[in-house]
Amino acid sequence: MSAAPSYNFAYLDEQTKRMIRRAILKAIAIPGYQVPFASREMPMPYGWGTGGVQVTAAIIGANDVLKVIDQGADDTTNAVSIRAFFAKVARVQTTTHTHAASIIQTRHRIPEKPLHAGQVLVYQVPIPEPLRFLEPRETETRKMHALEEYGLMHVKLYEDIARHGHIATTFAYPVKIEGRYVMDPSPTPKFDNPKMHMSPALQLFGAGREMRIYALPPFTEVVSLDFEDHPFEIQHFDQPCALCAATGVYLDEVILDDQGGHMFVCSDTDNCEERRAQGHRGALAGHRLEAGR
Amino acid sequence: MRDGQWRDLYDLSEAERRLLMRTDWGFVHQNPADGLRMSVSAGANVGERLMAVGGRHYGQIRATATDWLGRVEISADRIDDQPRSFSGGMRQRLQIARNLVTGPRLVFMDEPTGGLDVSVQARLLDLLRGLVGELGLSAIVVTHDLAVARLLSHRMVVMKDGRVIESGLTDRVLDDPREPYTQLLVSSILQV
Amino acid sequence: MDMLQVENVAKNFTMHLRGGLVLPIIAKVSFAVAAGECVVLGGPSGVGKSSILKMVYGNYGVDAGKIMLIHNGQMADLASADPRQILQMRATTIAYVSQFLRTVPRVSAIDVVAEPLVTGGTEKAKAQDRARQLLARLNLPERLWSLPPATFSGGEQQRVNIARGFITDHKILLLDEPTASLDAKNRAVVVALIAAKKAQGTALLGIFHDEEVRQQVADRIIDVTRFAPDLAA
Repeated sequence: MSAAPSYNFAYLDEQTKRMIRRAILKAIAIPGYQVPFASREMPMPYGWGTGGVQVTAAIIGANDVLKVIDQGADDTTNAVSIRAFFAKVARVQTTTHTHAASIIQTRHRIPEKPLHAGQVLVYQVPIPEPLRFLEPRETETRKMHALEEYGLMHVKLYEDIARHGHIATTFAYPVKIEGRYVMDPSPTPKFDNPKMHMSPALQLFGAGREMRIYALPPFTEVVSLDFEDHPFEIQHFDQPCALCAATGVYLDEVILDDQGGHMFVCSDTDNCEERRAQGHRGALAGHRLEAGR
Repeated sequence: MRDGQWRDLYDLSEAERRLLMRTDWGFVHQNPADGLRMSVSAGANVGERLMAVGGRHYGQIRATATDWLGRVEISADRIDDQPRSFSGGMRQRLQIARNLVTGPRLVFMDEPTGGLDVSVQARLLDLLRGLVGELGLSAIVVTHDLAVARLLSHRMVVMKDGRVIESGLTDRVLDDPREPYTQLLVSSILQV
Repeated sequence: MDMLQVENVAKNFTMHLRGGLVLPIIAKVSFAVAAGECVVLGGPSGVGKSSILKMVYGNYGVDAGKIMLIHNGQMADLASADPRQILQMRATTIAYVSQFLRTVPRVSAIDVVAEPLVTGGTEKAKAQDRARQLLARLNLPERLWSLPPATFSGGEQQRVNIARGFITDHKILLLDEPTASLDAKNRAVVVALIAAKKAQGTALLGIFHDEEVRQQVADRIIDVTRFAPDLAA
C-alpha cells in the first residue's frame, strides 16, 4: 500500500471500465449503431472530449502508446492536456507519430498516413445523432434508425443543393455503414470520410455528454450519402502545403498578418513535420511562423 | 394492401404501418404546421416522401416537386422558400402536395379547411375535389362544416359521443336526416 | 317498356326537433314511366310532388314501397339500394335537374355542365365540346361560359343546370321545374330538348307549373293529390 493517494489505472474505476467495454463490444457487433452508456463525470468539461477520454481509458493498457490530436495537431491545448492526463493516470508512453501509436484519440480529423491493423482510432463526438437537427425527438430518431427510415437524411442534402447548388455539408457528413445504419462521423471534414471506408484500424466513437458509443470494426464498408446526379466529393485544394509542399492532404488556412496575408498548411502536423524532415520544402518553408508550430 | 391482400391494421408491425403511412396513405392535418417541416424548403417538404421511398436523383425529385407545387397552385419560384413564409392556404396546399406526391390510395383529412379564410377554403375545396377525382383517391374527411361535406363527399357518417348514429348518401343525410342529432345539425346551418 | 316503376311508396317526416312529430307526406304512390314517355306530376304545391322526385333520385329515403328501374340492363330497387349502388345508378342511369343550381366555387360553367360526362369516363375535351353546344343552344352568353355560375342570374343558373342534366344519355331524367325562371324563348328550347330526349327513348318524370310547357311536353299527368296520406289511410 502506497503512502500517497493515487488514481486507479487510467482514472476510471474497474466497474466503470467494464461497463464501457461492454458498450464498446456491442457497438463493434452492430457497426454504426449508437449504444447508450452511463457516461461519467470526468475531470474536464463536456465538449473537451470526455466521451473519447472514457473510451480511451476503458481500452488502454500499460503497453499502449498514445497519440492525441485536435484538428490534426498534436500541440494544441486539448491534445496536450489529454496526453498529459493519460501519461499521469495510466503512466503510458505517448507519441506524436501516427505510425508509432497503438491508440490515437482524435478531435475532428483522421491522420493523413494510412492506419494499420492493430491501431485503434478514438473519436471525440459532440453530437452522435445524424438525424438530430432534422428531428429533435430522441424517441423518433431511435425509431427511424430501428426501421431504417433515412429519407430525412437526404432531405438535408436536398436542402444543401437547393440552397447552394451543391452539397455544402463539409464536415459531419453523414455516412451509411454496411448498408444499414446512418452514422455521424463526428465533425471531421468530409475529406476524411473515404479514410473510414475499409480501414484496417478499429474506429471507436465516444460522446460523453450525449452518453453514446458507436464503432466501426476493421474493414467496414462506409459510404457517404449522396444523390445520383450530385455524387459525393471530397474537398480539393488548388495549392500544396506552404511548408512541406504536400498535395492530396487536408489543409488549414493560416492568417499571417493584418494585411490579408495567409497560407495553406497541413492540418496533420505530424505528417507535415515528417515530410519536412525528409527534405520536402514548401513555398513558405522557413517562414517566421513555422517556428511557432 | 397493394398486393390485394387484406390485413388487419393492428396486426401489422410498426415498420409496415409506417411504410403504409408514407406510401399508400396520406394524412392532412388541420394545422399545416403539424404536417409540414416548417424549417425546410417547400421543395424538400414535397420531396421528402420520394426520398423516404428511395428517390436518390436530385434533379428528378426537384422536377416532381415543381410539378406538384404547380398542381396545388403554388408558384414554382417559391420552391426554395420555407413554409413559415407561406400563408395558411398555401401551407395547407403544400401539405396536400406533400401527401399526394407518392400516389397514395387513401388520404385522411382532419378538418382540412378548418383554419382558413372562406375565400381560401373555396380554392382548397375545389383543388381537393379535382385531385381526388383525377387520381382516383379514396378520402376520409373529418369536418364540422356540412357545406364542405356536401361538396367533397359521396357518403357521410354522422358521429355523436364516439358512435356512428347515421350514415348514407351525403345528400340524403343532409336533405332527409333521420336522427335527432343529425336533424339538429342540419337545421343549425346558417343560410347565406 | 317501363323504365321506372314506383310501387306503393310512402314517405313521412319525423320532426325530432318538434317532439318527434310525424308528418305523413304521401302514401301508396304507384305509377310507371315508359321509355320515350314524359310523365308530369300535377297538383297544388305542398302536395308532395318534389318529394316524389327526390325519392326517385334517392335524395330522400323511402318509408315503404319500391322504386324499380332498369340499371345496367337489370331491374333494381333504388328504394332499398345501398349508397354506392345509388351513386352508380346516378352515374349511368338516372339524372336529375333540380330547381336550383348548387354551385361549386371556382368551377366554370363549362366544367359544371361537362362534369357528369367526365365522371362517366368521357374525355374532358370532348365533354367540354358537348357542354359548349348545349350552353349555346340554351342561349347562355359565351362570355359567361368560363365563369363560375355563382354570380349568374336565376335564369342563367337554371340554364347551366338544365345543360348539366341533359348532357348525358341517362335513361331516366327527372325534372323539377326546369323552366321556372326562363323566358319564352328559352322555355321553347327546353321543350325541344325534352322532345329530343323522348325521341331517344329517355323516360322523363317532371314537375311543370307552367301550363303551356306542360301541355307541350306531357304525355300523361299524374294527379299527386290522390296519394295524399289521409286518403290512403
